[in-house]
Amino acid sequence: MSQPQTSYPDYWKKPPFIKRPWLRWGLIIGTVVYVIVALGTMDVNWVRVWEGLPRGRKLLASFFPPNFADSRGVIIDGILESIWMAIIATIGGIILSVPVGLGAARNLSPRWVYLFCRFIVSASRTFPEIIIAIFAVKFFGFGPFAGFVALSIGTVGFFAKLLAEDIEAMNKTQAESVRSTGSNWFQWVNYAIQPQVMPRMIGLSLYRLDINFRESAVVGIVGAGGIGAHLLTSISRYEYDTTASILLVIIVIVISLEYISGYLRKWVQ
Amino acid sequence: MPKIDTADGPVWQRRRTSKQRLIWFGWLIAVAIAAYAWHLISEKTIWFFVWDAPQQMVDISRRMVPPAWSYMDVLWKPIWDTLNIATIGSMISMAIAIPVAFAAAHNTTPHKLVRAFALLIIVATRSINSLVWALLLVVIVGPGVLAGTLAIGIRSIGGCAKLLYESIEEINQTQVEAIEATGASPAQKMIYGVLPQVLPTFAGVGVFRWDVNVRGSTILGIVGAGGIGVQLNGSINTLAWTQVSMILLVILVAVILSEWISAKVRHAII
Repeated sequence: MSQPQTSYPDYWKKPPFIKRPWLRWGLIIGTVVYVIVALGTMDVNWVRVWEGLPRGRKLLASFFPPNFADSRGVIIDGILESIWMAIIATIGGIILSVPVGLGAARNLSPRWVYLFCRFIVSASRTFPEIIIAIFAVKFFGFGPFAGFVALSIGTVGFFAKLLAEDIEAMNKTQAESVRSTGSNWFQWVNYAIQPQVMPRMIGLSLYRLDINFRESAVVGIVGAGGIGAHLLTSISRYEYDTTASILLVIIVIVISLEYISGYLRKWVQ
Repeated sequence: MPKIDTADGPVWQRRRTSKQRLIWFGWLIAVAIAAYAWHLISEKTIWFFVWDAPQQMVDISRRMVPPAWSYMDVLWKPIWDTLNIATIGSMISMAIAIPVAFAAAHNTTPHKLVRAFALLIIVATRSINSLVWALLLVVIVGPGVLAGTLAIGIRSIGGCAKLLYESIEEINQTQVEAIEATGASPAQKMIYGVLPQVLPTFAGVGVFRWDVNVRGSTILGIVGAGGIGVQLNGSINTLAWTQVSMILLVILVAVILSEWISAKVRHAII
């Protein structure tokens, strides 16, 4: 009686990330073709880029050392304006988002309110803050008020959406038990829903403050107040050492804000 | 829930009095900050223009309809450029972000100093908005699509690498140890132990970032870095409002489509 011949493979290969071969090869070939086509249609004058490289190096060198001294007052002014704009836009945006967020929660509002509030949320989320800022400048004139409006609208899109999602994911039993005591709608929201979503919302508002400061540093490029205007001016005046110092200040504030907001969020939750 | 005994029997409160006072104090500070910030902003505002705004809005919206449909012929090329900026930019950033992420994750980093340097790259590229990168790059490589692509690419390094290295730090270490127990070299450990665990996240992060970048690349043209923003800026400056509304419509469609695609793809991967 002969033993059945079993042969084990002495060779193992990692299974591919995408199992279906046609999809895998299709993606690879498609990507390669796309990159070739895209680079081919890009209007890039490579000769000009090559020639510009040494000049670029010289230019980069002119960023150093950063120069705070020449326009310290202007930089401090602009940064403070950006910070205050971010703060007031965060607060204003959150005040606006609370009703919108409550309305956009499916388990809280009638259908037509829900649809209307969802529309507000998606409308304010679609366009980048800079485009909103361009229009805010057209409507409200130059200055930080336009930036405040633009950032507030951006905040509504962000905050109301997350608030609504958080309310939709809340613990229903607590809401029911408060409801069963005969509370009216406002008491219900105040005692059943608000305590459930509050810690996360405080964390999110700090996170949004962080985002709003980053944005407030650039809305000035389109005239909506803050440090961005000075940044643009320093570049168009070829004062790159001042540009470098402004960028450094922005980076330092963004990092410290991120650190502070991360710390506070941990402390709250 | 604290109970307070009074003459009429116990009364329940939601919080202790001291805690309640602390919360009120917190609100007081928040209101004070808001009032101060509002004061500063309103000082720099010309209120006449603000009160005038509703009229401006009506006026401009009236000038924006109907959108200049025929302007679409001019827009195809900028749309293609915008998508290229976002896509190629995302590819560049992922290509750089992946090694940076491995250097920044504390379980795969070769050395502490390398980790510090990688974290520095992440923070520095992330803190500066892509519009500012575009401003700088327009000066260095000249106006056009290349500046925009590089700006998106550089800005996204930090954004991607942060998410990537967090996912690397969250991997299941036992699998890596199992690979190590077979006598694998560090490179093999990486390929067979770490990489399979993080690849889906990597793909998800890439697609997510692409979606963010489509949105970001629509505005780069404002500083001359190519894409549809160039047309937007030009049309606004020449007060061609029907063209502006056409461009806004196109951006709207692009943003919604990219969000839809990225949600679909992420859903399929994860």
